[in-house]
Amino acid sequence: MARRWMRVLRTPLGLTTGVLVAAVVVLAIVAPILWGDRADAVDTDNILTGPSAEHWAGTDGLGRDIFFRSLVASRLSLELALVATVLGVVVGLLLGTAPLLVGRRLGRLVTAGVNIAVAFPGLLLALFFAVVFGVGATGAVLAIGLAGAPSFARLVQTLVAGVASLDYVSAARVAGVGRVRILLRHVLPNIAEPLVVNATLAAGGALLAFAGLSFLGLGVQQPSYDWGRLLFEGIGTIYVNPMAAFAPGLAVLIAGLAFNLFGESVAKGLGVTTVGGVPVLPANDAKRSGAGEDEHSTADAARPSPSDLVLDVQDLRVSFPGADGPIRPVRGVTFSVRHGEALGVVGESGSGKSLTALAVAQLIEEPGHVDAARLDFRGEDLREGPRAHRHLLGTSMAMVFQDPMTSFNPTRRMGGQLAEVAVHHQGMTRKQALARAVDRLRAVRVPDPEKRATQYPHEFSGGMRQRAMIGMGVMGNPSLIIADEPTTALDVTVQQQVLDLLQSIRDEDDVALVLISHDVTVVGEVCDRVLVMYAGRIVEDLPADQLDGGARHPYTRALVAAVPDMHTDLEQPLAVVPGRPVDPADVPVGCAFAARCPLADDHCRAVDPPLAPVGDGISVACWHAGEPLGLDEETGELMEAETV
Amino acid sequence: MSELRFDDVTVRYGTARRPFTAVDGVSLTVPAGQVVGLVGESGSGKSTLARAAVGLAPVHSGQILLDGEPVPRRGRVRPLQMVFQDPFSSLDPRMTIGESIAEPMPPGPSRAERKREVQRLLSLVHLDPVMAGALPGRLSGGQRQRAALARALAGQPKVVIADEITSALDVSIQGAVLNLVRELQRELGLSILFISHNLAVVRYVASHVAVMYQGQIVEQGPVSEVLVAPRHDYTRELLAAVPGSRPSPQAHPAATARSSS
Ligand SMILES: Nc1ncnc2c1ncn2[C@@H]1O[C@H](COP(=O)(O)OP(=O)(O)OP(=O)(O)O)[C@@H](O)[C@H]1O
Ligand code: SF4
Ligand SMILES: [Mg+2]
Repeated sequence: MARRWMRVLRTPLGLTTGVLVAAVVVLAIVAPILWGDRADAVDTDNILTGPSAEHWAGTDGLGRDIFFRSLVASRLSLELALVATVLGVVVGLLLGTAPLLVGRRLGRLVTAGVNIAVAFPGLLLALFFAVVFGVGATGAVLAIGLAGAPSFARLVQTLVAGVASLDYVSAARVAGVGRVRILLRHVLPNIAEPLVVNATLAAGGALLAFAGLSFLGLGVQQPSYDWGRLLFEGIGTIYVNPMAAFAPGLAVLIAGLAFNLFGESVAKGLGVTTVGGVPVLPANDAKRSGAGEDEHSTADAARPSPSDLVLDVQDLRVSFPGADGPIRPVRGVTFSVRHGEALGVVGESGSGKSLTALAVAQLIEEPGHVDAARLDFRGEDLREGPRAHRHLLGTSMAMVFQDPMTSFNPTRRMGGQLAEVAVHHQGMTRKQALARAVDRLRAVRVPDPEKRATQYPHEFSGGMRQRAMIGMGVMGNPSLIIADEPTTALDVTVQQQVLDLLQSIRDEDDVALVLISHDVTVVGEVCDRVLVMYAGRIVEDLPADQLDGGARHPYTRALVAAVPDMHTDLEQPLAVVPGRPVDPADVPVGCAFAARCPLADDHCRAVDPPLAPVGDGISVACWHAGEPLGLDEETGELMEAETV
Repeated sequence: MSELRFDDVTVRYGTARRPFTAVDGVSLTVPAGQVVGLVGESGSGKSTLARAAVGLAPVHSGQILLDGEPVPRRGRVRPLQMVFQDPFSSLDPRMTIGESIAEPMPPGPSRAERKREVQRLLSLVHLDPVMAGALPGRLSGGQRQRAALARALAGQPKVVIADEITSALDVSIQGAVLNLVRELQRELGLSILFISHNLAVVRYVASHVAVMYQGQIVEQGPVSEVLVAPRHDYTRELLAAVPGSRPSPQAHPAATARSSS
């Protein structure tokens, strides 16, 4: 937490504005103490003079020094802005958390009220309140504070609603924790960051608004003065002494911008959690380190790609800049997919399955970096960048994601969204494309496709949305479908339907399929061949029918034995893989699985085993491939079998 | 050991003009000290039924009884605890594991006693007691789900409702959590309503199973009967959809690991 804030301060903008904010605050504290007397000293000999060595910004109608007055005014300006901000935040918090505290019905009323208030322009509200509360500092504070409250209330409402629907709040309710306590313990701490950021932004806004009100004569009154008031007085004499208006104006600008930009940079800094302010690692750096590790990859890179391959990937690497050096979630993956083949990819969360798929589809975004010795799709080299192959990728490679809801635009009809693909990539007219969309929806067995095409994504059930997503993929004539956990969000019967659908598309058009899943049983049933990934590498590449009994790698065998099926022995515990997955920012030397492997020895911990063929169509990366394993009958942990 | 009984429970959502019945007259008993599996497609009302039991969903009609008495839905003592599906959202990211676990503890004991209890619960779910001071961000999915189980146990529940507690987990850790559920049930004699869409998982942990379809229970009975000789069409469909059930499974998958020992 503290580290994340430090990171904000390490960005140039964050640092500058942070220092500036601190300087303004210090100034506001010390200026009246140090220069209060000089700012109030009346000098009747020097009335309304211009800048001089004695008075840098000239003097006002009573001969008081404008430069010092501008410095001293920082106290009142800041004080009032802060009080107004606090008022706005407090009222906003009360209104924003009301729905949680007072129950549903009353809460709805409050929400409606806030929504109406938000619709009014803030300045208008401020002017309205300024008139209601009368001219003067108090009135202006109330005006600016209350004018800021609705938008803050709305923000709080949104944030609270987001947190309140999370399971840990439900869990607290089930535990019998009261509403106020839930608010204080669970909700507020979890929305504090955005609140603080927005309060900082609001403070900047309040500072400017206050200057505005005082300038209009609605704010601070004589003999007190803030920047707005000074500006008001200075404008009157602008032709005599421009500095009289310029000095307080500049002060307002600097302070206001400092708060605003600091808020912005904090918002930006905290929003980005993974990358931070570390410079992006230079591309050739990654290449060099990549090539250094595997000499063989460059050696056979010259081999012409056989024409029966849809996808040919060699030594694919994905890296991201991290706080302590590059993170390498995918570390040299080599595989190929033949026409019409179904390839499964399994492995635990974070093993790099999705990133491998995204890299192939050219969907890794900056600052991520993809590097490969070969990346051929239908004989074309994809390494030239996505732009060169947008057409090919758009029509011939289809991606299906786990959560189809986020893949569709919620505000547009399904038919139109599908049609767009064909308009863009196949040059169809809108009408043709719509007809094709309906036809494709029918092909993926969405019932009543004509009607469904006119509906919005939320009107589709999860399974149907997933089918529509596949339908979108087959708008063109794909030769490869990459499906990343396409059924994980679905329940079993629907999952089966979606898998059947993928299967039938494959059969009809000889389409190749890459099916990513963490469920070994699903992959085993659907695919011809399975890649097992661990810590960004392929540790085993085997025919699917070998999963049951033929797997050689200890990790693959544990994965298979960890899932119960309808024949699992009820007397035995399920297999357990002890320990934690490898952190891609901190990959150990030697075999990455060694820390969790019952067969690991010193050689494993020192030297990373290469993926090598061992017969039966299996390739495996393990020094002790296929050696016997036992199962601890108490804990389910795999162990080295006692050899005789 | 306690018995949880749903007696003709109906839960409705939506407005009075457009009501939507999520749970429709469900009667179901979780016998004392038994694990009852509840299966059915998503949207069939499994989670709603669970949430109604712990007071997170409004009961329209019917009764939810614990040992014959209505389940208390107010106050600090909650004999019914729930474990949620997603271990990444069910623990407050800003509270330490220890604080989260201590939350449902009944009021009374001193700080030191609570701390000891937290440690005991952590070892019960096979987590290192020093984890009490860690924030959830440092834990893996499986570890979090164990912590969530420990939190549920901290409320000294008579019945635990587990809603899809393994479906958000990686297969490699699913096994560990299922082992733990079986172990806790055996050692503490807990009654558990175990919701899952995976029949193989239910078969592994439960003694009874109830099949829910469109808000109603269409079939229930001992696992050995329902899964071997299903009577309702939907149950048959579910059974056919279990992954790996299609190609006749000759070999026992666990045998891969065990065969050679
Ligand atoms: N933008 C990013 N910046 C830094 N690291 C990232 C980024 N995206 C992913 N990673 C890291 O890369 C690793 C692999 O991620 P990936 O999404 O490929 O895993 P996965 O195998 O698909 O897992 P899951 O089963 O959970 O979907 C993870 O450790 C992840 O934290
Ligand atoms: S190489 Fe060694 S540590 Fe790695 S999986 Fe094989 S036996 Fe285990
Ligand atoms: Mg993924």
